[in-house]
Amino acid sequence: MIEVRGLRKSFGSRTALDDVSLSVADRERVMLVGPNGAGKTTLLRILATLGRPSAGSVLIDGRDPFREWAKVRASIGFLSHQTLLYGDLSARQNLRFYARMYQVEDADARIDELLRRVDLHQRQDDLVRGYSRGMQQRLAVARAVLHGPTVLLLDEPYSGLDPIASESLTRLLDGLADDGCTLLLTSHRPVAEGRLFDRVVALNRGRVVHDGAFGDPRTFADRYRSWVGAAEAA
Amino acid sequence: MVRRWWDWLLIGLSVVMFCAALVVVFLYAPREATMGDVQRIFYFHVASAWVGFFGFFVTFLGGVLYLVRGERRWDILSLSSAEVGLTFITMVLITGSLWAKPVWGTYWTWEPRLTISAVQWLIYVAYVMLRASTVGEERVARFSAVYGVLAFVTVPLSWFAIRWWRTIHPQVVSSEGMALTPKMVQTLMASLATFTVIYVTLLRERMRLEQAQDRLAALREG
Amino acid sequence: MLRQIGAILAKDLAAELHTREILSAMAVFAITAVLTFSFALDLRGATGEAAAPGVLWTTIAFTGTLGLSRSLAREQESGGISGLMLASEDRTVIFVGKALSNLVLMLLLEIVLLPLATIFFDVNFVRPSVVLIVVLGTVGYATAGTLLAAIAVNTRAREVMLPILLLPLVVPLLLGAVHATAGLLEGLTLAEVGSWVQILVVYDLLMTAAAVATFSYVVEA
Repeated sequence: MIEVRGLRKSFGSRTALDDVSLSVADRERVMLVGPNGAGKTTLLRILATLGRPSAGSVLIDGRDPFREWAKVRASIGFLSHQTLLYGDLSARQNLRFYARMYQVEDADARIDELLRRVDLHQRQDDLVRGYSRGMQQRLAVARAVLHGPTVLLLDEPYSGLDPIASESLTRLLDGLADDGCTLLLTSHRPVAEGRLFDRVVALNRGRVVHDGAFGDPRTFADRYRSWVGAAEAA
Repeated sequence: MVRRWWDWLLIGLSVVMFCAALVVVFLYAPREATMGDVQRIFYFHVASAWVGFFGFFVTFLGGVLYLVRGERRWDILSLSSAEVGLTFITMVLITGSLWAKPVWGTYWTWEPRLTISAVQWLIYVAYVMLRASTVGEERVARFSAVYGVLAFVTVPLSWFAIRWWRTIHPQVVSSEGMALTPKMVQTLMASLATFTVIYVTLLRERMRLEQAQDRLAALREG
Repeated sequence: MLRQIGAILAKDLAAELHTREILSAMAVFAITAVLTFSFALDLRGATGEAAAPGVLWTTIAFTGTLGLSRSLAREQESGGISGLMLASEDRTVIFVGKALSNLVLMLLLEIVLLPLATIFFDVNFVRPSVVLIVVLGTVGYATAGTLLAAIAVNTRAREVMLPILLLPLVVPLLLGAVHATAGLLEGLTLAEVGSWVQILVVYDLLMTAAAVATFSYVVEA
């Protein structure tokens, strides 16, 4: 459960987020859309405490992640176009590292299960440096969900994935959401990737310009244009 | 950004005091027995060193306040003090060389005060280069604040280490050997006061320049 | 907390074990440096003996920047620091973990360098008191270096920035370590070089405190 109130983020004189408020309930699947520079990545990074807000508050499951990170970190999983993996280690070693950091129980069994789920079990002892982009992203997904988070923050996770890999990511996310995960995902191609999502929030120039049901994908583009302005949407 | 009355006062004071200091150093202060008139550089040399170090302290202070408060004005204070301080430290090194050559026959002596000034000079330069090489206003401020804090912590230690080093290899060349008469002390105090005022004036001007640039950038954006 | 620090340390060592690229680069560079100094300064015989502590520490100081830069660049490659921030209880854990792994890398280098310098300069570096000085000096260097490397790696100049930032700050370490080493080689006891040892210890403590206090400001945007 995510509560964002009056969030502001400035980088010097540039304002990236301006009075953003948002509530995401447990098990909701929310897609975040908006033009480049709208503040989507900034928002996600702040929710993952990778950046500090200039003003406003964030609560995750009722806790302030900046004050109680040690407790909150286990609930949060983060995925971006950066894999957060170590090229000089094998897939298994990477996952074992994160398992140790998160104090995952029955680590080996869990790692086995995840490697099978993302179809990397065969290549688990190869160095990640030798993986293709798609393989790396699949491993990154395994890394993100390894510790069983209840909130998944995904920043353009589909970028660089071919149709097969995209499909398996969608299946994976669907399964996780069914298991009780809250999903917050940013995307540049909302219609293509929006199948799973029941709600959409649009950001523009650091402000929330729309917050409502995802609706019919066929009318999405027109509605998006109305929220964000024709010039921006182009 | 517009000069307030105290800015004008500072500028005026700087000019007046500097002229007065010149008079005091060249006419009031006695001629030193062994070194002659060249010794008069000492007054500017030591005053510059003091102000250079003080500037360092102000940069450190600005850095700490920026990290704690996150306000741009502390960053402006730090960077302005660093640039002005760098100028003064450069003066220390130049006046030190000018003084050393005629008196001791060599441009550079490893005299503790001079050596620590050389170290400070390097730190100031590193600070300025760090700012130039970092992208992103907020990042520049953060990184340089951290560097300013870390660097300041090491300077006292460097000072002691250098002093102990010089006592192991005692040298003939040293300003420690100079006996200061009351008139000389007064002259030194006068130089010190003058240079401090000049520092504050330059600091203020540099800060104004930075504030004006901020305003310009903001107007361009909006 | 200790467990997390241990995990970071183990991860870095495992990665290094796979490629050995940092260690080999450091070793080769160090040997080249010692040779270059010897040629350029004509360090034979008595001159060499007198210069040996200085050459040793200068080599360590320059080689260190190589290892530090590479070690932090490795984190940066795929956004590693973010991963560490997400998984660690505390930013301090990240700093201590990285500083320790950098320390271990440098110590491994020194295990090779000390015997080499002993053979080369015909002076015995390989004795407990000297090793203690080497460890004390390296701890301070690794602490300051890890923090500054974290900054440097995020600038446009990257690796080039690190020596510029680091070297003026390790002046006390260099002076302390070189003079303590020189004294010990001349036959003085640890007590007799005590004031230099003091500088090293005080530096290590102060720098660790300052680095731990400021690290989170470096990694958080």
